Amino acid sequence: MALTAADVARLGELARIRLTDDELAHLAPQLDVILESVASVAAVAAADVPPTSHALPLTNVFRADVVTPSLRAEDVLAAAPAVEDGRFRVPRILAEES
Amino acid sequence: MTADVLGYDEALAAFDPVLGLEVHVELNTASKMFCGCANAFGGEPNTQTCPVCLGLPGSLPVVNATAIESAIRIGLALNCQIADWCRFARKNYFYPDMTKDFQTSQYDEPIAFDGWVDLDVDGETFRIEIERAHMEEDAGKLVHVGGSTGRIGGAEYSLVDYNRAGTPLVEIVTRPITGTGAKAPQVAKAYVSFLRDLMLSLGVSDVRMEQGSLRCDANVSLMPRGATQFGLRTETKNVNSLRSVERALTYEIQRQAAVLSGGGKVHQETRHWHEDGGYTTPGRSKEQAEDYRYFPEPDLVPVAPSREWVEQLRGTLPELPAVRRARLQGEWGFTDLELQDAVNAGALDVIEATVAAGASAQAARKWWLTELARRANEAGVELGELAITPEQVAQVQALVDAGTVNDKLARQVIEGVLAGEGSPADVVAGRGLAVVSDDGALSAAVDAAIAANPDVAQRIREGKLQAAGALIGAVMKDLRGQADAARVRELVLARLA
Amino acid sequence: MSILRSTAADLAGSIAAGDVSAREVTQAHLDQIGAVDGAVKAFLHVDTDRALAAADAVDAKRAAGEKLGPLAGVPLAMKDIFTLKGAPTTCGSRILEGWVPPYNSTITDKLLDAGVVVLGKTNMDEFAMGSSTENSGYFTTHNPWDNTRIPGGSGGGSAAALAAFESPLAVGTDTGGSIRQPASVTGTVGVKPTYGATSRYGVVAMASSLDTPGPCARTVLDAALLHSVIAGWDPRDSTSINAPVPDVVGAARHGDVRGLKIGVVTEFGGEGYQPGVEQRFREALATLEGLGAEIVEVSCPHFEYALAAYYLIMPSEVSSNLARFDAMRYGLRVGDDGVNGVEDVMNLTRGAGFGSEAKRRIIIGTYALSSGYYDAYYGSAQKVRTLITRDFDAAFGTVDVLVSPTTPTTAFTIGERVDDPLAMYKADLCTIPSNLAGNCAISIPCGLSPDDGLPVGFQVMAPALADDRLYRVGAALERELTRRWGGGMLDQLADSDAGAYLNLSQAGGVR
Ligand SMILES: [Mg+2]
Ligand SMILES: [Zn+2]
Repeated sequence: MALTAADVARLGELARIRLTDDELAHLAPQLDVILESVASVAAVAAADVPPTSHALPLTNVFRADVVTPSLRAEDVLAAAPAVEDGRFRVPRILAEES
Repeated sequence: MTADVLGYDEALAAFDPVLGLEVHVELNTASKMFCGCANAFGGEPNTQTCPVCLGLPGSLPVVNATAIESAIRIGLALNCQIADWCRFARKNYFYPDMTKDFQTSQYDEPIAFDGWVDLDVDGETFRIEIERAHMEEDAGKLVHVGGSTGRIGGAEYSLVDYNRAGTPLVEIVTRPITGTGAKAPQVAKAYVSFLRDLMLSLGVSDVRMEQGSLRCDANVSLMPRGATQFGLRTETKNVNSLRSVERALTYEIQRQAAVLSGGGKVHQETRHWHEDGGYTTPGRSKEQAEDYRYFPEPDLVPVAPSREWVEQLRGTLPELPAVRRARLQGEWGFTDLELQDAVNAGALDVIEATVAAGASAQAARKWWLTELARRANEAGVELGELAITPEQVAQVQALVDAGTVNDKLARQVIEGVLAGEGSPADVVAGRGLAVVSDDGALSAAVDAAIAANPDVAQRIREGKLQAAGALIGAVMKDLRGQADAARVRELVLARLA
Repeated sequence: MSILRSTAADLAGSIAAGDVSAREVTQAHLDQIGAVDGAVKAFLHVDTDRALAAADAVDAKRAAGEKLGPLAGVPLAMKDIFTLKGAPTTCGSRILEGWVPPYNSTITDKLLDAGVVVLGKTNMDEFAMGSSTENSGYFTTHNPWDNTRIPGGSGGGSAAALAAFESPLAVGTDTGGSIRQPASVTGTVGVKPTYGATSRYGVVAMASSLDTPGPCARTVLDAALLHSVIAGWDPRDSTSINAPVPDVVGAARHGDVRGLKIGVVTEFGGEGYQPGVEQRFREALATLEGLGAEIVEVSCPHFEYALAAYYLIMPSEVSSNLARFDAMRYGLRVGDDGVNGVEDVMNLTRGAGFGSEAKRRIIIGTYALSSGYYDAYYGSAQKVRTLITRDFDAAFGTVDVLVSPTTPTTAFTIGERVDDPLAMYKADLCTIPSNLAGNCAISIPCGLSPDDGLPVGFQVMAPALADDRLYRVGAALERELTRRWGGGMLDQLADSDAGAYLNLSQAGGVR
């Protein structure tokens, strides 16, 4: 299936990346080529092959429920684009709360 | 803002509601889900944050062992299966209160699944099937600035405090609950109330609904009476008190019934509950729903609780509320109604302690659910917060049983204890409340009463025994109530026989 | 003794012996950076004051008679993906321009504790996505062997800093070959340790299940010394392995391949492989055979699907890991004009802040994870991962290590592949399988390709937790080749006309 510029724009929305028309036109065929080349995985991925999400089979890695020092609030806020009242200031939220 | 609604009875005559409840419980671990920051409510903004819960580039999560134990214990208490292997997943969506723009949650591999609980609502038992109880992390807290309401709509900008980000949550999801009929809102309330009691008895959460440590999303759909195919449902978010669970569902049932009766269609959407106005408004529809692109969290390894570990945790479960109630009812011989009253009044603990201190179950029930319930209500406190201990209540009853005080005097003793006048014995002594049991004094008072009421005495002599009440009243008045009324009656009748 | 041409091992020895001060060593490297980095462009940020202060601290320790660690006072170039408290960390991205992390990566802490002197942060492809550093949001690094060529990527800055004698040590991260491929094309040594042997805490994530920090150096022993400093269990990384670090330094000192069974991966050769690369690779095999190793061919039939699986798993994880760059808490914010809503500001910021390769991968990953495509793409790729791991397991059942060229070609020309992502991706053909399976691998120089005179890398792959085998083979091959060449690989650059700009010819050494 060929990805259209509209498909790419929708994916851009999902990924929160505003793409210019030029980018959309450029990206769609490139992504097509890439997706075509990676589609071969489906051919060998037989039903009886279990997926591997990690190279090493570790389980049950936990930490004890112990409080450790937090960062100082000024260090937390130092890199913020905008701060007010010790909080991160962010633009208004037009979409509703999830 | 309020939509058209149908009368509740009318709605239920035409439709059967189907419920679904998603309850988020904040665990009361010392530290957060994936980092060592304090898991505490109410700190100065952004003072309980670190690279991990701020999602700073490069930071990595490590699972809190106690949170896993709490989740397993909750699962066991809800009669769930515990997964022998499960993973965390990333739920990807963008929102300013999410430091990583994905929530670390569990998706198709929850730690607990396939459970159930039985609820008793007005003498009828409802089985609630639990689909899953899974672990996830909470987000930060937003404050909306500008606009009139402090709400999100109309705000000029928002402020974020990430102290809450990374708080461990267990989300408990029911299967569709059918067959509740008109009791649907009550069943939902009873279920949330049950979970609250359960979390307290497990000690895994403070379940302060007003602080958001127990939050409920309530789904409901309607189907025409007799139908088997579920209708489209709405999900009302953040219904955060027991009362509003009941109110919000009642409203939604009435609203949906009006839509359907009018030939319209219910939209599958989220809705917001407005506590003040008592109505819901639409949020995101299913068509706008996010594609969350779940995938196994690559920064964490699977959780594989051993059978031994699970059984060891099962051994730590306290007596669960329903089991305890059944046991107490058996021990105390309460009727269903008496037990329910005691439960509703939150009096089980104090009655149990009063019985343990030597009072009969009925006596304990009587004091706590009448005199003491009234005083607690007046003072606006819980029974357990009254300045009288169950031991003292048992002592009061012992004084009654010994004939030292009568019921009326006993109430004065209680008043004295609550006023800080010491133990019941101290109050009796201090206020001079013991009943007059000296027959000489009683006889004198009876003679005086007969002399003062010759007509009444004559009627009693003529066999009208019910007239004795007037003389007994006069005696009691004379002795300021400090007499045993039964003894006074004996003396009156003996004189006039 | 030339400070700049010394190995890290020798520098540490000289500093410990008091023959040279850490400050002198550090200053010499800072001077070299000042002299040549205008041409090489390896560094995004040079931290002169911090470096000199760290060097002085080592000198003070020595003066006080304290015992110094094996790399104390030795300079290091840090890929700009490791957090270093108080210093900018950009990951080569405009979206993180100016971000100063409030914490150190675990590896940063280990380096600082060991008295290693961090000179600064090196250039890289944006968020480690690329094989050439052309995807850096700031500038392209040049290959010190030929400034029209790429230095490899994503760790091209670190590799170039080594090859240009700006630093004797560097650290990098290898997700699909980002340590080994730059090592290969710059004639340096690069190691991808076993996944989980080196902590990822504080290393900005590209693809969490693949990212592996590792050492970069000019010699096998130096890489081993650095490996032993940075490796080890970290309770802050859940995927870290709680096991002792193998004796990599011992293996590097006593490199001996007698009796070792070496498997040549049949699938890695032939079409698409530069003849000069294959020639040097075959010669290296013969050399190892001459040193007593047994060479056999081993087929790993699923390796041909590795690239495809990688280009699904990696972008999927990238799309999620890079979501946090949303203009809310740090980094770039674009379009916050009081009218735009938060969603627009996120969209505009990410549209402006990410380069084209980052966007490509985020979009592909978003697609591969989206509902309806997950099973065919991400799910299938995870199964291929299983098949590749099985191939490795089967191979390591019969041989001690596997070998291949590190990369099919020598350094390509800057600009050559920028508009052809697939061609670019093929640079990592031979390195990706070890990332998918999590086992360890090294790239060591095995000569200059006769067709273009550029370095060729020889890759050795060993089973998980057998990192010492890499150093054993690497040291044996290096020792024999150095003997044959009459010096190390980089000496050939330093003493050549092409390397004249480095001003390091034996006569004109700094000291
Ligand atoms: Mg949830
Ligand atoms: Zn934290």
